[in-house]
Amino acid sequence: MKKGISFRQAFFTLLKRDLQIAIRHKGDIFNPLLFFILVVTLFPLGIGPEPQVLSRVAPGVIWVAALLASMLSLERLFKADFVDGSLEQMLLSPQPLPLMVLAKVLAHWILTGVPLILVAPLLAVLLHLDDNSYGALMATLALGTPVLSLLGAIGVALTVGLHKGGVLLSLLILPLYIPVLIFATSAIDASSLNLPYSGHLAIIGAMLVGSLILAPFAIGASLRVSTN
Amino acid sequence: MQFDSLADFFNMGGYAFYVWLAYGVTFLSIGMLVTHSLRQKRKVLVGISQKIQREERLKENRSTK
Amino acid sequence: MWKWLHSYADPERAYNLSGKLLPWFAMLATALVGIGSVWGLVFAPVDYQMGDSYRIIFIHVPAASMSMAAYMAMATSAFIGLVWQIKSADWAAAAIAPIGAVITLIALITGATWGKPMWGTWWVWDARLTAELVLLFLYLGIISLYASFEDKVLAARAAGILAIVGVINIPIIKYSVEWWSSLHQPSTIRITEKSAMPTEMLYPLLINILGFGMMIGAITLIRFRAEILARNGMRPWVRELAKAEGVK
Repeated sequence: MKKGISFRQAFFTLLKRDLQIAIRHKGDIFNPLLFFILVVTLFPLGIGPEPQVLSRVAPGVIWVAALLASMLSLERLFKADFVDGSLEQMLLSPQPLPLMVLAKVLAHWILTGVPLILVAPLLAVLLHLDDNSYGALMATLALGTPVLSLLGAIGVALTVGLHKGGVLLSLLILPLYIPVLIFATSAIDASSLNLPYSGHLAIIGAMLVGSLILAPFAIGASLRVSTN
Repeated sequence: MQFDSLADFFNMGGYAFYVWLAYGVTFLSIGMLVTHSLRQKRKVLVGISQKIQREERLKENRSTK
Repeated sequence: MWKWLHSYADPERAYNLSGKLLPWFAMLATALVGIGSVWGLVFAPVDYQMGDSYRIIFIHVPAASMSMAAYMAMATSAFIGLVWQIKSADWAAAAIAPIGAVITLIALITGATWGKPMWGTWWVWDARLTAELVLLFLYLGIISLYASFEDKVLAARAAGILAIVGVINIPIIKYSVEWWSSLHQPSTIRITEKSAMPTEMLYPLLINILGFGMMIGAITLIRFRAEILARNGMRPWVRELAKAEGVK
């Protein structure tokens, strides 16, 4: 007889499984990234190529594009598992659901959030971001994108059972993204003026901790509703 | 009474358009909400009674067979 | 201790009780909003700075304050519905959501019509306006989530979770927006200082705030009753009612 696996084992098994699946379907990683790059390149075409204007709007453009890319990729977070029934298996397993959910969200962030952070400096070059701001851009993205993944996962969990979830999802979660956007872009703005931005980072960090604690429970409850 | 005449009242010290637009939109939308809410009950009851009639027709057809 | 409350979770009793309360709420709402608006429009003194345009305050402020209160009421009933599995609470939340959205919209539109003569523009990215706009989005999200589930029991639960997540987020959003607008508009325009308001202006305002609260209560009762009927279509007492009142 095999004994039940520990929480840690369950967490890492699920994390590994999600990563492996994603590596087999490479499109899931690259499409949101490509979308992010395309949206950012559209802005200079729409606004005009003046470097002053572009460097003024760069933080906002990069962050808004990151929000949209994260939302777009989140849509698939639970979809495949919901369709093939493994989500229900996850709900029935003896391990606590918030933990499992956290593993899935972490896998999603590694697959979409991290590449996005790595690509961001390149796009910042295209948008003539101020030289002082690169550190702030990376730091805010590193702290902020996990918050986006966690908050967005609540909306995804609520809409996973619906057929027309896409537009609804944006209505549900974009309002919740506003604080992250505000503090991240103003941190980058502050850094371009050589002002300290550790306060902004602290607030984004607080949001990260708060959502790390609370969001898994909300996601778990939402999944139980959706799979009913 | 703050206004000398009715025309004065409607003029609202030159801000007639804005003041009456605000009040108009408010009471119009509240009125629409109230009528919609009142109609909702009627709609639900009509729907239920139609369903009952349908069930009764079904029952009659079955018993005559 | 609270056991006596539970009997009102029974749909039929809730329906009858809300039917009894409705005329009182409706009467009070009409009377208060009528008195407050006429007092505000006709008898309240002219503001020495803003002229007669300030009379929009008598609907703008009640709508704005009630939009937040309605959200809290909706989230509270959603919470009760989720935790204690009381369906009537879910229906009450579903009844409040559209009303809250309309009230929020009214607050935004009256704010715009007041902003145009005073600030020279229909819209400024002022903290309160922005927060109100976000609140409208939250309402719309909850309404459309509730509408997109076929099974209304699940719909109420899903919308309830979203409403509660929204409650946690509203203070954060409000704070961040306030901080953001003070950052971007150092010399922002302040809406009237409340404490400086003379009593002849304050009384109609308070009456209208109370009246708007009563009005939201009355409309909630109307929608709540309809919601009860819609969700209990198979119960005998609803079928009796449908036979009596429904048309051929």
